[in-house]
Amino acid sequence: MTNIKNIGNRKINNKKFKDEIIQLSHGDGGIKTSELINNLLLKYFGNEILNKLEDSAVLNCGRKKISYTTDSFVVNPIFFPGGDIGKLSICGTINDLVTTGCIPLALSLSFILEEGFPVSDFKKILLSTKKILDETGLNIVTGDTKVVEKGSADKIFINTSGIGLVGNDINISPRKIKVGDKILINGGIAEHGTAILSCRKEFNFKTNIVSDCAPLSSLVNSMTAASKNIHALRDATRGGLASILFELARASKTNINLYEDKIPVKKEVLGICEFLGLDPLYIANEGKMVAFVDRRDADKILQSMKKNKYGKDSQIIGEVTEKGEGLVILNTELGTRRILDLHYSEQLPRIC
Amino acid sequence: MKEKIKELIEFINKNKPGRSINIMEVCGTHTMAISRHGLRQLLPESINLISGPGCPVCVTPISDIDWVIEIARQYDVSIFTFGDLFRVPGTESSLYNEKSKGRDINICYSPIDVLNFAKNNPYRKVIFIAIGFETTIPLTSVIVKKAYNEKINNFYIYNTHKLIPEALELLLLDKEVKIDAFLCPGHVSAVIGSKPYVFIAKDYHIPCVISGFEPLDILESIGMTAKQVKEGRSEVEIQYKRVVREEGNPTAVKSMYEVFDRSDSEWRGLGNIPGSGLKLKDKFLRFDVRTSFPVKKIKSSEPAGCECGNVLKGIKKPTECKLFSKACRPENPVGPCMVSSEGSCAAYYKYEKLKT
Repeated sequence: MTNIKNIGNRKINNKKFKDEIIQLSHGDGGIKTSELINNLLLKYFGNEILNKLEDSAVLNCGRKKISYTTDSFVVNPIFFPGGDIGKLSICGTINDLVTTGCIPLALSLSFILEEGFPVSDFKKILLSTKKILDETGLNIVTGDTKVVEKGSADKIFINTSGIGLVGNDINISPRKIKVGDKILINGGIAEHGTAILSCRKEFNFKTNIVSDCAPLSSLVNSMTAASKNIHALRDATRGGLASILFELARASKTNINLYEDKIPVKKEVLGICEFLGLDPLYIANEGKMVAFVDRRDADKILQSMKKNKYGKDSQIIGEVTEKGEGLVILNTELGTRRILDLHYSEQLPRIC
Repeated sequence: MKEKIKELIEFINKNKPGRSINIMEVCGTHTMAISRHGLRQLLPESINLISGPGCPVCVTPISDIDWVIEIARQYDVSIFTFGDLFRVPGTESSLYNEKSKGRDINICYSPIDVLNFAKNNPYRKVIFIAIGFETTIPLTSVIVKKAYNEKINNFYIYNTHKLIPEALELLLLDKEVKIDAFLCPGHVSAVIGSKPYVFIAKDYHIPCVISGFEPLDILESIGMTAKQVKEGRSEVEIQYKRVVREEGNPTAVKSMYEVFDRSDSEWRGLGNIPGSGLKLKDKFLRFDVRTSFPVKKIKSSEPAGCECGNVLKGIKKPTECKLFSKACRPENPVGPCMVSSEGSCAAYYKYEKLKT
């Protein structure tokens, strides 16, 4: 019934990395990033754990399972509605970490600072970072600071990493996605990306959009407490909801049906996206967890999400319909259907 | 919304002519909306939507891109452009590649920002690539006048502006192009009004409907064009009445012709169209990049196998190009129609992969 062109023929390994210089699109989370990882980085570093390309690695240490992840932050501007680079750097790593269903244990925090960076700004960033640590009960247990000459970095770059303990009864991974699974999200999409864009100086928009930047450890912990039948979790950051669904559909060799009228998007976010010609499905989030869960437990899990302060607008947005080549099909409000593919750059560098 | 859609589809089915018809949506924003919302899936088979030349980036000849790249290479200047032009391949590079190599090429969202940049950096030579149809020309006019009045002498424009109605006439004269009706662009028409299309309806007997950009607007406009064809009428009708007036925006039009005179213009795929371009009036010539930054002669050549020209004329669908989604993809575009957010090939690639 379906006739698909060019899907499934972008084999990732065995391919040479042909680009001669690094361009911004290699960091946008889209096709070029995927080429950089698959055709270059994995050539050097590929191993059984890394090759899974999951948000967080799971390591077996004796009888325990450890979740381990890292992330770097270069967002511009460093202060934005709803957060700053410090808050983002902690939330980002926590959210990647808990996609394994783990209880986070500790974090690292490293700064690259540009000569001349005002200490008052630095203090603001440290304070908002501390607030998230206090909220989540986590500590920074190791870190590093480097300073570079003016012009060699832009104000402040941050790297964080985190480890967590995965319960022995928890086994969450895209490979566990099954036909019939329901797909859930904990609220409105595209808020981080549009908040960042609308405060960039080149736009001059006046909006009330606030980044959704938030630590989702408590949300995930209440979900795992509600049901053992969560099959996969993904932090829908760069590339937005569509990109991670595309990756998960491909990884699990299943086809997905999404319902446009069920996907939460704030009106103002839609307005900005329309004005700039952007598709909210591809815009970054920083506090959105996408869950694939056994359909029998979907309502139970949804209720547990709605009780969390970061999950009030949670929705069931779609389902896994069949084994297949990894198609994500959006059923639009008009009653038409279209395929969501991995997109090329939307020209939005330094969103996180 | 579903109710309203149902009503409009019924209206279209009731008014479709007894034969198959080609409706050309002139504007790239329409092309994108049609693909993104999957509107073709809702239409009867006899109504064939074909995309036209209304994507400014797509119709910019490759020689213009090569020229700007050459300026970036030869002179120490700051160049500003709208995002879409950034990644269009020139003969052997693109503005994006040149930026990655360290040239000062930037994306801007409003020409006013570029003028302000020039004002704040008086020792920097600042070039704005002025691209677009009647929608963006008044903006360029305003900043050129502002630069003139405020004596901002380090500001220049690379002018590639083009006018829509002349291009439509050229399509009608082309025997290969088969068009039964036009969906005319909403934004352009907000500036020029409906009168510039009247000759198309009167002399060429082709119905024109000026359409808005929401799915409901587009479906209603398709119904209106189909009805005209069925009834043997050819008029210019305005569906997008909440924005477009018959007389357009006379202030904006006046502003255009205070700064520019009509000239011929080279369109990618369509060739040279008499009277379809604009050149700066003598008074403003010192803002013209071409006079201030001469470059050595460039040999531009179109990419082999690229069908953008035929796609822009509506002779071929993007999927009929041999390069489509194979050699030519958004991350590795061969022609401009795969790059632009209003390009037909990009619209098909992104949104029309599902055939049921």
